[in-house]
Amino acid sequence: MVAKLTFVERQIALLILGIITILGLVMASLGAGDALGVHGFIVLFAGLGLIFAVGGSLYAPEPIEDRSREYYDDPIKIGIVLAMIWAMIGMGVGDWVAWMLAFPDLRFDAAWSSFGRLRPVHTTGIIFGFGGNALIATSMHVMQRTSRARLAGQISPWFVLLGYNLFVILATTGYVMGVTQSKEYAEAEWYADIWLVVVWVVYFVLYIRTLARRNEPHIYVANWYYLAFILVVAMLHIVNNLAVPASFTAAKSYSLFSGVQDAMTQWWYGHNAVAFFLTAGFLGMLYYYLPKRAQRPIYSYRLSILSFWGIVFFYIWVGSHHLHYTALPHWVQTLGVTFSVMLLVPSWASAGNALMTLNGAWHKVRDDATLRFMFVAAVFYGLSTFEGSFMAIRPVNSLSHYTDWTVGHVHAGSMGWVALITFGAIYAAVPLIWRRDDMYSWRLVEWHFWLALAGTVIYIFAMWNSGIVQGLMWRTYNDVGTLQYSFMDTVVAMHPYYIARAIGGLLFLIGAVIGFYNILMTIRAARSEDRLLDHPTDSEACEPAVPVAE
Amino acid sequence: MMGLSHDMVVGIAKSFGLFYLIALSIGICLYAFWPRNRSRFNRAKYSILDDENGPLTGEEPR
Repeated sequence: MVAKLTFVERQIALLILGIITILGLVMASLGAGDALGVHGFIVLFAGLGLIFAVGGSLYAPEPIEDRSREYYDDPIKIGIVLAMIWAMIGMGVGDWVAWMLAFPDLRFDAAWSSFGRLRPVHTTGIIFGFGGNALIATSMHVMQRTSRARLAGQISPWFVLLGYNLFVILATTGYVMGVTQSKEYAEAEWYADIWLVVVWVVYFVLYIRTLARRNEPHIYVANWYYLAFILVVAMLHIVNNLAVPASFTAAKSYSLFSGVQDAMTQWWYGHNAVAFFLTAGFLGMLYYYLPKRAQRPIYSYRLSILSFWGIVFFYIWVGSHHLHYTALPHWVQTLGVTFSVMLLVPSWASAGNALMTLNGAWHKVRDDATLRFMFVAAVFYGLSTFEGSFMAIRPVNSLSHYTDWTVGHVHAGSMGWVALITFGAIYAAVPLIWRRDDMYSWRLVEWHFWLALAGTVIYIFAMWNSGIVQGLMWRTYNDVGTLQYSFMDTVVAMHPYYIARAIGGLLFLIGAVIGFYNILMTIRAARSEDRLLDHPTDSEACEPAVPVAE
Repeated sequence: MMGLSHDMVVGIAKSFGLFYLIALSIGICLYAFWPRNRSRFNRAKYSILDDENGPLTGEEPR
């Protein structure tokens, strides 16, 4: 990987790493005795480790090929592997806490292993670790291919990818130490948040500069979705995390907002994290990898444009549906309901567009598990957006809110839509990037597909049942006019569903582990084989096809 | 947010908010259905089916 950088680029990389290492040292010394100090050491060792990796090959031969003639796929390769590692961590912790809810002894009585600390490790590991790495990796693939241009930078893609992973590590290790802002999906503290802003700005600039180099007249619609993801997440992240650190030598900070303003800001962030992190970017994946894998152009390009603007401008208003029956003004709640229901139109337009693209190629869906991943993802996208619009309506919300129905809805979206489209995109991208005909084993892709689908279905049915039972029990009154059931009665009623949910999660996790093995074996096979496509060979092959000197 | 009362925010949302969303949706429909854009969109939707052969250098036959 370092072999593809010039001597000057390796020096710049060392300079950046040196600055990061010094920052880590400062954090470690100032924050001694606090979680900030532990994070300082993590930053310090991450920086030092990479300094050794780059410094070790500082004087290695420079690349001799014309790099502008090939795509820059090394960061994508690492990004995909990191995404799968985070998938296993996030799903593993998620399944652990699922079993813990059924059998509380699995908490093991340590502070770090309590539900409140592990649950954000699960959500951050999945959303930011798995989802974020998959988005960064696939966006770098899509932006280069659709622009027919190389990434606009040698070091910035690495800075984005590795810097982002440093953020996820700081976030998740912080939670087990008890560091949290207590804002859902934005638990990481101020210093990690500032670091993410730096990384994110570099990501945005990299994307825009690559698009500026494009050799295609029109920017393909998948890029619009990825750009909406990057731009709006920056906006959400900065506003929701505005806070005053209690001290610059400790992790604790206080939000700039309070009361109902804080709640509204948080759920404006929270629902748009669903919209722009967990939907827009993954729709970018859908609009690129699904037509590509099916070898059919998207059914209606115009519809994809209309649904893009519909999603972008409707989603931003729906956050208030998380705050029904609260101190939030009634009209703001109603605004959230209205936009949530309208959102069904562009959401179903995207899902329908994907399904119509496959219409006429159903034999490919039957034979190819990779395409089937994307097909089922589109179906779950349609189902969970319908469910979401429905749950945002105030009377429905009065039954569903605070129950497991919400958990079931989120997982219909995150497992059925986000994870399945990601696995489909990864299985489509891995053979392309490692220049192979196909994955190491198509049978393992089939196994992964059926395990993931079975796990998702078991999970969401368990949570629908559990949530509705729970919601109905909470609102059942007896003849005297008091509540029929105690809280413990509802906990007992939910127990069998919790076991079913944990089994569903386990199947999903096993599928991901099989997928990781399949990807590693594909990489191994690719290394021991000649490249299949007619590409200029790179410096690692030691035989330049297009020497610069000529 | 001093000086920006609750009533004023509601007023802006109900007047300007309504019309800017209508204007936006008209603008987007015009863009999507503008006849001259048809060929650009068609080229874009087919171009992704074969794009793995490296960046274009400007020397290819178009």
